[in-house]
Amino acid sequence: MTVDKNYERKRKLVNSFGKAIVFISALLLIIITVSLFLFVTSKGLSTFIKDGISIKEFLFSTTWNPDREVPAVGSLQFIIGSILVSAFAIMISAPLGVSSAIFMVEIEKKLGQKILQPAIEIFVGIPSVVYGWVGLTVLVPFISKHFGGLGFSLLAGILVLTIMTLPTITSVSTDAIRSLPVEIREASYALGATRWQTIRHVVIPAAKSGILTAIILGLARAFGEALAVQMVIGNRPVIPKSFLEPMSTITSIITMDMANTAMGSVWNDALWSLALLLLIISFTFIIIIKLVGRRGMYK
Amino acid sequence: MKSKLYDKIATIYFYAVAVFLILFLVSLISYILYQGRTKLNIDFLTSPPKFMEAGGGIGPQLFNSLELLIITLIISVPIGLGAGIYMAEYAKPGLLTELIRLSVETLSSMPSIVVGLFGLLVFVTMTGWGYSLIAGALALTVLNLPVMTRVSEDSIRSVPNSLREASYALGSTKWQTIVKVVVPAAMPGIITGIILTAGRIFGEAAALLYTAGMSSPALNFSNLNPSSPTSPLNIFRPAETLAVYIWKVNSEGLAPDARQIADGAAAVLLLMVLIFNILARWLGSTLYKRMTGEK
Amino acid sequence: MKKIEVRELDLFYGEVQALKKINLDVEANSVLALIGPSGCGKSTFIRTLNRMNDLIEGVKINGTVLLDGQDLYKEVDVIELRKKVGMVFQKPNPFPMTVYDNVAYGPRIHGIKDKKKLNEIVEKSLKAAALWDEVKDRLHKSALSLSGGQQQRLCIARTLAVEPEVILMDEPTSALDPISTMKIEELIEELKNKYTIIIVTHNMQQAGRVSDYTAFFLNGELIESGPTDQVFYNPKDKRTEDYITGRFG
Ligand SMILES: Nc1ncnc2c1ncn2[C@@H]1O[C@H](COP(=O)(O)OP(=O)(O)O)[C@@H](O)[C@H]1O
Ligand SMILES: [Mg+2]
Repeated sequence: MTVDKNYERKRKLVNSFGKAIVFISALLLIIITVSLFLFVTSKGLSTFIKDGISIKEFLFSTTWNPDREVPAVGSLQFIIGSILVSAFAIMISAPLGVSSAIFMVEIEKKLGQKILQPAIEIFVGIPSVVYGWVGLTVLVPFISKHFGGLGFSLLAGILVLTIMTLPTITSVSTDAIRSLPVEIREASYALGATRWQTIRHVVIPAAKSGILTAIILGLARAFGEALAVQMVIGNRPVIPKSFLEPMSTITSIITMDMANTAMGSVWNDALWSLALLLLIISFTFIIIIKLVGRRGMYK
Repeated sequence: MKSKLYDKIATIYFYAVAVFLILFLVSLISYILYQGRTKLNIDFLTSPPKFMEAGGGIGPQLFNSLELLIITLIISVPIGLGAGIYMAEYAKPGLLTELIRLSVETLSSMPSIVVGLFGLLVFVTMTGWGYSLIAGALALTVLNLPVMTRVSEDSIRSVPNSLREASYALGSTKWQTIVKVVVPAAMPGIITGIILTAGRIFGEAAALLYTAGMSSPALNFSNLNPSSPTSPLNIFRPAETLAVYIWKVNSEGLAPDARQIADGAAAVLLLMVLIFNILARWLGSTLYKRMTGEK
Repeated sequence: MKKIEVRELDLFYGEVQALKKINLDVEANSVLALIGPSGCGKSTFIRTLNRMNDLIEGVKINGTVLLDGQDLYKEVDVIELRKKVGMVFQKPNPFPMTVYDNVAYGPRIHGIKDKKKLNEIVEKSLKAAALWDEVKDRLHKSALSLSGGQQQRLCIARTLAVEPEVILMDEPTSALDPISTMKIEELIEELKNKYTIIIVTHNMQQAGRVSDYTAFFLNGELIESGPTDQVFYNPKDKRTEDYITGRFG
């Protein structure tokens, strides 16, 4: 085979060029992430730097009067609202999600793969506004009718987020449980363990770090979800005293107020500070997941 | 024996959870489709919404959603694929690779409202484009890139090494091996991934409220001048999508049949997502079969 | 005394027949070696003895297997059975737990909670598996930190902790280095006083060294079985002779 010198040179050039292109693509991810952090941080800090509001007031006061002469932007109620709604949602969806993962891997492989798995994937795919809309038109009136109140409530937010975090928890823990070697299950059965004993004492402990990751990812999704929650919680800037009272979250107040405020006003700055808080929380979740993953035994 | 009793109880419990979830999903889907059933017609899908009176449609919103989806894919697929190729084929263990990975993970769990605000700042305000299709597409790109990168990296990694070796053994360069052997072999996975992410893009609203905007000028489909505000080809026009529209109807719906309109729009959105899902499954398995030669 | 009697045993994986009309007796307190080329059904056979094949979908079994005269598939509860018939696998498969918890797992799931009792069982089992001296200072470290040979002896200890009567071993040394292999062979020698042992092995010398009886499988059939000396030096079937001499080179 004769080789054309020019072709050889071109081939080498294309080779280096291709590498450069894909490298730049990857680099772009870092650039986007860094600039996202920089922009949100610089906007988010102006509440404290430019407007002279103390971080303490922002984080620990519940006085939210952003449009007054002397604006107060205490945001504790939003922070607590986000924590309440996410934590309760996860308390319901984590056991359900892990159970359905166990069902798919340990109890009914075939049925699980044919029916439950696709169902979970569809759950993931349903847009959050659709969840919000169903929450608004079904759940809210239902709560109002059977439990009293307006229906727009912490409870409604919890239930909507339960459904939205469930598929995340299920699919991530399914992966974790599925990746366990079949040999440790056999070892347990060979010692005379029942299926439940094997699940409880071998499978769950061995998949612990994966399951924990799943739950944290679910929590992150709950914390960051905006519209579905905003549509059903009533958006009153207070800490709810019962499950049936309206409330607000970090994301809901941003969603509601961003359009009503002028860039550069204290009100607007406070919303950016909330966005910064959200960013920090979501980054913290990622770091926790990394630490948990490092401790995993089979990874 | 006690352990056997517990085993029985546990089994019943797991079945109950599974059955409950499936019934729940089935009733959720049927409810949404049932509520929107009267709106699933061509007229509703193509005519423009009406302000303060009944009988409006979702034509422009549906069109905007599709256009936005296409623009987003055009931007994010090549970059995501490139980044995926880099991570799977070139990246060496080290600080830089760790940073890229951390970026992917951070971005993929970033709340979409935060991405929307970032888009507002950079793509809407700093560029001076205002609320626009292109600003929306760029915000969605930020959301979609990490997913696309992961999907590509995973699919490329799962290509067996023997294929690469065979290509190298014939004297190919690394780039030729990637372009001609590795990426085609990874295609079924990548395409399935693209379609699934398309479903997510299609239903996204929070990132678009403050980028693509919440209004939609009337479109004139015979106007192909990309700089005219009524032209569908104008990527600098504000473009409310279907998902954003549902959110907006709920908070400020003024038409008397706002409720029905949102029901219809929700049903359409759900149907689109189901179609994307089925398409992804079907195409994934078809492509895989074709590739492995078992027709 | 016969511990296990297998009569006319067929096993199918879906449509494929993996065991054909197996008839075999196993003497109590002896070591039986199963030999034969890869894929001939040795693992499949050994797994019928503690019903591990129940876990695989589409498996169908005909014929009878008697343990102490009772039909395994009709008269015996599967959990009781697995308590009596322990198993050691080809690849060491410790649980991702501490050394201690691995050994205590079996007694615990069978209802022993008393700390002192557990300590005794763990120590006794690890000693019986000739591992105690090597791990007594790291009982509460992860079992995955042990070497391959140690892991396999841990798996044996884990099996012993349930106090079985029969121990099945499926190529227990094939993933191990020669020194670990030697240790496990010595262990088998000791264990046979108390237990009935059935061991699958690829290694002819190993079969010769450790077993009292040998059974030769080929394509899902039991070709020949009997005292090891007889099967090795005086085989009745031509195929047995070919296999053994081929192996001995
Ligand atoms: N789970 C299974 N499903 C289907 N066929 C199997 C399964 N396990 C083993 N086989 C088949 O049964 C035959 C015997 O396998 P095995 O008992 O593992 O042989 P050995 O242990 O002697 O190497 C082989 O042909 C193998 O392919
Ligand atoms: Mg085998």
